[in-house]
Amino acid sequence: MKKKLAAAVFTCSALFIAGTAMSANTIKIGYNIPMTGDIPKVGESSKFSAEMLKADINGAGGLEVGGKKYMLEFIYEDNEAKAESAVTTALKLIDKDQVLAMIGPNSSKQAVPAGQVADDNQTVMVTPWSTNPDTTLDRPWVFRAAFLDPFQGPVAVNFAVKTFNAKTAAVLYDLSNDYSKGLAEIFRDVFEKKLGKGSVVAFESHGTKDQDFSAQLTKIISAKPDFIFLPDNYNQVALIVKQAHQQGYKGQFMGSDAWGSSELMTLCGDDCKGLYFSTHYAAAGATGATKEFIDRYTKKYGYVPDDVAALTWDATRIVLQAIQGTGGLTGKLRKDRKAVLKAMSAIPTFAGITGNMKFDEQGDPVKCAVVVKISDSGTFEFAESVCP
Amino acid sequence: MLESIIQNLINALQWGSFYALIALGYTMVYGVLTLINFAHGDVFMVGAYIAFFAATFILSTLGLPGWVALALTIPITMILTSIVGVSLERIAYRPLRRKGAHRLYVVITALMCGLILENGNLAIFGASRKAFPELISVHVYTIGGVSFTNLKIAVIGTAILSFFILQWIVTRTKVGMAMRAISYDKFAVPLMGIPIDNIIVITFILGSAFAGLAGLLFGMSYPILEPYMGALIGWKAFIAAVVGGIGDIRGAFLGGFLLGAVEILVVAVFPSTYRDLIAFTVLLVILSVKPTGLFGIAKTTKI
Repeated sequence: MKKKLAAAVFTCSALFIAGTAMSANTIKIGYNIPMTGDIPKVGESSKFSAEMLKADINGAGGLEVGGKKYMLEFIYEDNEAKAESAVTTALKLIDKDQVLAMIGPNSSKQAVPAGQVADDNQTVMVTPWSTNPDTTLDRPWVFRAAFLDPFQGPVAVNFAVKTFNAKTAAVLYDLSNDYSKGLAEIFRDVFEKKLGKGSVVAFESHGTKDQDFSAQLTKIISAKPDFIFLPDNYNQVALIVKQAHQQGYKGQFMGSDAWGSSELMTLCGDDCKGLYFSTHYAAAGATGATKEFIDRYTKKYGYVPDDVAALTWDATRIVLQAIQGTGGLTGKLRKDRKAVLKAMSAIPTFAGITGNMKFDEQGDPVKCAVVVKISDSGTFEFAESVCP
Repeated sequence: MLESIIQNLINALQWGSFYALIALGYTMVYGVLTLINFAHGDVFMVGAYIAFFAATFILSTLGLPGWVALALTIPITMILTSIVGVSLERIAYRPLRRKGAHRLYVVITALMCGLILENGNLAIFGASRKAFPELISVHVYTIGGVSFTNLKIAVIGTAILSFFILQWIVTRTKVGMAMRAISYDKFAVPLMGIPIDNIIVITFILGSAFAGLAGLLFGMSYPILEPYMGALIGWKAFIAAVVGGIGDIRGAFLGGFLLGAVEILVVAVFPSTYRDLIAFTVLLVILSVKPTGLFGIAKTTKI
């Protein structure tokens, strides 16, 4: 018995030593993404996109940093699309998995609390999809690859006023979601500033787990808005749009970037056709590097990549570029993390597949937004591009 | 103003129908076994998934038209869901009952069964949402500013019909009499030659079959399925059953519609943010005035 135990201990420590020895030549990056929960497709897109990038770089012999080649190791952890799980996942990636930098969480609901953890523990975090200002506000260690809601809100307002010739609007949002609530409030303020007080005729909310929206929709429809602004996740969008039509609403909807999942059309079907939403990139009609990415992803996984996939690709490439920018890793985690932070801030304009971006002093990129129309065949077609 | 009141009433009736159908299952099992079957909300979820697979199979593999698919899906869903309900009883609750375990342990077992169903579903079918196929084409009718669909009317009609069927079984048939007898005195009943286990199985069959039916209708009305869809609605239906007076079929039915109406009307009058706060305050007030629920009768238990 004792012998066996000793053997086991020996094997374990041998493996451990081998493991640490191996990790000297690998770079670990953690992904804090929702693989289960409310928005599993978002996590899947992130993971698929990262896997594709990893295969590219590792297939070419690894990432060259300061004259030495490193293999990439991506660790995917599920945050269940919950704020509290995102915090524990971030801690696990930082302490246990000892990653050099983190990508994700995607939703602001998780990215805002997880950003605090990353900042407190001095690890670079880049969120691909979070648009709420609080995620990066006064947190030097936190960056993002997406534009901000204070920018997205006016884009939606201006587009809707121009295209729908709207004088009034109604808003329905998810109360327990930082992203949805923040964007809804920004939208209301901007819209009322532009078209006068009282032009937002209904401002209604719902809970994350709600399935019936008939009462809110009755209120909204009886207020007769020119269109409904719906900054909600794609799974709820499908339910809300269908129920609105079943209550006899025939008007327009304006959506936000959380609509842009490849699963939206599977869930929503014909009801969502002809609607508009603001987002990070339009897959239909893309050119250059963006088109190349879309074609490869579609070939590999069988569906057109959504904006999360594209943003994860950009976020990961920014981090990798920063790691290369450190000019060499010491193997001491704290020191290397600091070096990555320094290199992040030093990146000049980055040419991503979702557009060119440059980080401002808050770690937010300055980049363009697009408005897409859902075509009759269910693809997201480019309608307009708005730059700051 | 009047049309928005009628509109809200129709909405409330539809939403309440689901609470009522699920609450019926809670109350049947409680009436017979005095067991709170916390897995019931998840049996409802399983019912919705069974309906989803049956409907998709019939529509796409067999290529039959929508109304045939619906006609076949209803019995398939009800039968398969009741098998799930009965299996739970056989695997989880009966052994405990045989060993004379305290009711508390059976309730905890029920909670665990619910979690197993949820997470089993998550493990097998993954987290991505399932889009329920369209079985009948939904028509929107608008009369004097009030909009309703054929589906809404069907849901409300089914809920009312289910109530009358169950009420008839419990009050007018021999099986129903046996159920009431078991709830009255479960030690004397076997001495009268009533097969207590069979009656309990029938109770679970009835409760689960109607949960399956609710799942099917829910899938048709809110066509996005996910593994946790049964949890919250199950809890609320349980509350509805308690408010109505748990153990009584009329109570469950009225409680379900009451909860649906309160939830919808609160949103119609107050800001939607306060929905659950006000809805449950109202229910709390009802319970504090009448602790046994609307139809409940105070019972003394011997220790």
